[in-house]
Amino acid sequence: MAASKTKLETKSSIKLKPGKKTHTGEGFKPIKILFYTLTIGYACIALFPFLWSFYTSLRPTAEVWNMDFSITKLTLDAYINMATKFPIFRWYFNSILVAVLVTIGNVLINSMAGYALARIDFPGRDFLFYLVLAIMMIPGQITMIPTYMLLSKLGWVNTYVGLTIPFVFSCFNTFMMRQFFVNLPAAIEEAAEIDGLGRLQIFLKVAFPLAKAPISTLIILSFMGSWNNFLFPNLLTTQRGMYTLPVGLASMNNQYYSFPNQSMAGAMYLSIPMIIVFLIFQNFFITGIANSGGKE
Amino acid sequence: MNRWKSPRLRQDMIAAYILVLPMVLFILVFTIGPVIYAFLLSFQNFNMLAPQRSTFIGLKNYTDLFKDPVFKKALMNTFTYAGIVVPVQTCIALVLAVVANQNIRGKTFYRVAYYLPAVTSAVAVAAMFMFLFNTRGLVNRFFSIFGFQSVSWFANPKYALPLAMIMAIWSTVGTLMLIFLAGMQDIPESVYEAADVDGANKIVQFFSITVPLLREKTMFVVLIGFIGTLQMFDQAYVISQGTGGPINATMTVVLFLYLKAFGENRMGYGSAAAFVLFIIIFALTVVQKLVFERKAES
Repeated sequence: MAASKTKLETKSSIKLKPGKKTHTGEGFKPIKILFYTLTIGYACIALFPFLWSFYTSLRPTAEVWNMDFSITKLTLDAYINMATKFPIFRWYFNSILVAVLVTIGNVLINSMAGYALARIDFPGRDFLFYLVLAIMMIPGQITMIPTYMLLSKLGWVNTYVGLTIPFVFSCFNTFMMRQFFVNLPAAIEEAAEIDGLGRLQIFLKVAFPLAKAPISTLIILSFMGSWNNFLFPNLLTTQRGMYTLPVGLASMNNQYYSFPNQSMAGAMYLSIPMIIVFLIFQNFFITGIANSGGKE
Repeated sequence: MNRWKSPRLRQDMIAAYILVLPMVLFILVFTIGPVIYAFLLSFQNFNMLAPQRSTFIGLKNYTDLFKDPVFKKALMNTFTYAGIVVPVQTCIALVLAVVANQNIRGKTFYRVAYYLPAVTSAVAVAAMFMFLFNTRGLVNRFFSIFGFQSVSWFANPKYALPLAMIMAIWSTVGTLMLIFLAGMQDIPESVYEAADVDGANKIVQFFSITVPLLREKTMFVVLIGFIGTLQMFDQAYVISQGTGGPINATMTVVLFLYLKAFGENRMGYGSAAAFVLFIIIFALTVVQKLVFERKAES
């Protein structure tokens, strides 16, 4: 809807323009040049480190410091080397499993809580809502030390439970879900109520399916957050086999200092899956981030 | 009170408690419990290896912190880092948002390109930048054209923190730009058209329309910028291989408390540092809210 509307507007403005002089007058051209320099310039800054790292990861070790752009000697050696020296695929498995579990937990717990806080009038609701708002202000480092002590007491260090459970809920996500459900028209629920559905059924069968937009934002933020999470997994995994990808990559950076092609291959192992996910779902990402920033 | 007698409302109430139960349990176990426990820890000399020997020592952890030269350095670094990163990334993001909002060709390409660094893990970013800023890396080669001497940025106490800043700015600008872009969609086109009629050029329009109308978004971007930068950890950890070096040049508050708690097992001392950080962030949030509300009134 919005897209077609802007298209129409630009079309009509194009039609109008030739009639009058360019509305910005004299300054028109230099401004256009400035815009293009800025856009293209920053796109280069944003993309260049990836391209250069990717290129480096494909070069043989002997040539890594040469500043030429030969493409004849490109090789997958660095990737193969990394994969044979380190349990990269085990780390992939760990990262994916943890990210999927964290995401599922977040979708369920936050949408359930968000719905109750938005649509049901129950004693203690306001208290819980303000609690959620207050907790958003507490930095994670405060809870980090006791949480670590608790998890190690429970024997959850080096386990998937330990890597997952402390991340299955986020006040920020609950707040986002609540904001969505608050704006849901009451008529939808009333119709379901007349059909004889109970509250839990209304949530599951009516409200939850309607929340596709905020849930897709939530899925993206949770998955990306978990995939890139470093501090806690670094703390909670001491066995190489339990490392997630970022922890594994950080641990080998020390050792592979003098083989930049291998450490760049490691960086690519870590970032390429997320980049592919981003490119496929870029629309969701971009609207999702934009929306999440607006709800404050 | 009689309203809970109605079976419908009672059923609703039970449903509500079922729905919020997982959240409440989570908050109790992983937030409120740990916060209270961390607060108590911060008044003890608690050693993880010998918890039975821990004793209450009052405010000693806090007074020790402010005598600790490494903590002072960590605070200095963190403030310097936040003080430079936040304004720079906010300005770049705002300018890019304005530019990306124009009707230029390849709009989607630019948005994707700008946001790409934000989806990349800080660990991968650190690896890529350490290669680029190596003594023999591309950046040094480039600067040497202008006669600068090659330095290994992450190994040099003068350059390690600036390198962390560059990395942070590079990774965050895309997200902030998207937030600004969303704000710009809410500024009606007619405002700019009116300015055009008045003969205001694009630069004047930027400062007299875009900037003031985006004030609320800017406040938000600055606030999350400060909260994020004050909690800086990943980049510092990877650049310094977990030491905060060279000579504490990349020691941040979070890295400090991490090393104290998990390197030296001084859970109490680490918790005190965490509370100092919390107080700083809390104070900043309150100040920001007050400033913003006063501005909104006037």
